[in-house]
Amino acid sequence: MSTLHTINKSPFDRNSLGSCLRVISDSDAILLIEDGIYAATSGTIFSDVVKAAVQSHSVYVLGPDLSARGMKEDGIVEGVNVVDYEGFVDLVTEYDKTNSWL
Amino acid sequence: MKLAIQINEGPYQHQASDSAYQFTRAALAKGHEIFRVFLYHDGVNNATRLAVPPQDDRNITQQWTQLQKEHELDLVVCIAAAQRRGLLDEDEAKRQGKDANNIAEGFRISGLGQLIEAGIEADRLVVFGD
Repeated sequence: MSTLHTINKSPFDRNSLGSCLRVISDSDAILLIEDGIYAATSGTIFSDVVKAAVQSHSVYVLGPDLSARGMKEDGIVEGVNVVDYEGFVDLVTEYDKTNSWL
Repeated sequence: MKLAIQINEGPYQHQASDSAYQFTRAALAKGHEIFRVFLYHDGVNNATRLAVPPQDDRNITQQWTQLQKEHELDLVVCIAAAQRRGLLDEDEAKRQGKDANNIAEGFRISGLGQLIEAGIEADRLVVFGD
């Protein structure tokens, strides 16, 4: 049973990414949306956390939420995949269930 | 695939209702069925027709009403959450002895059982919130 975990808060605001990473299963993936996209930006104290996460899990970030915040796709941690809303829908259907870390 | 959406946050607060709307549109465009959109907690505030956002801003409630019309969406407002926040339809206003109602076109008020049913009937339940 695979789960897509969505994170919608910046790691500088809440620890939902950290909580998620503590319990995530091998077959699960993470999608960063809304303010959660800040976790994917390179050069922050959370970049290493995400760098480690992409070694063992698929990590995605929602492109429209990156652009809405003026963040560029070339400024994100290597290994993080950018998807649009269509890709978001595909991920939801691809994984057995979706868990939103609110 | 059959998808259900839950919104826990009011409009213009952070981004939950916008994200849910964009997701729902993308899912419909890809040919998926939206079994139900359930408004829970502060999410019920997305269903008021009395809000007047600035003209150069998006009108979140109208966007949902429009999408409901186009795709016959089932937009359900949680009754307990709605009563606490002063969101009423005509029947509820009468039942509670209130002088007005404020629910927008395309939304209906019902109980939490509708969320449980959506969780059972839909293949996926996606929650948007704070």
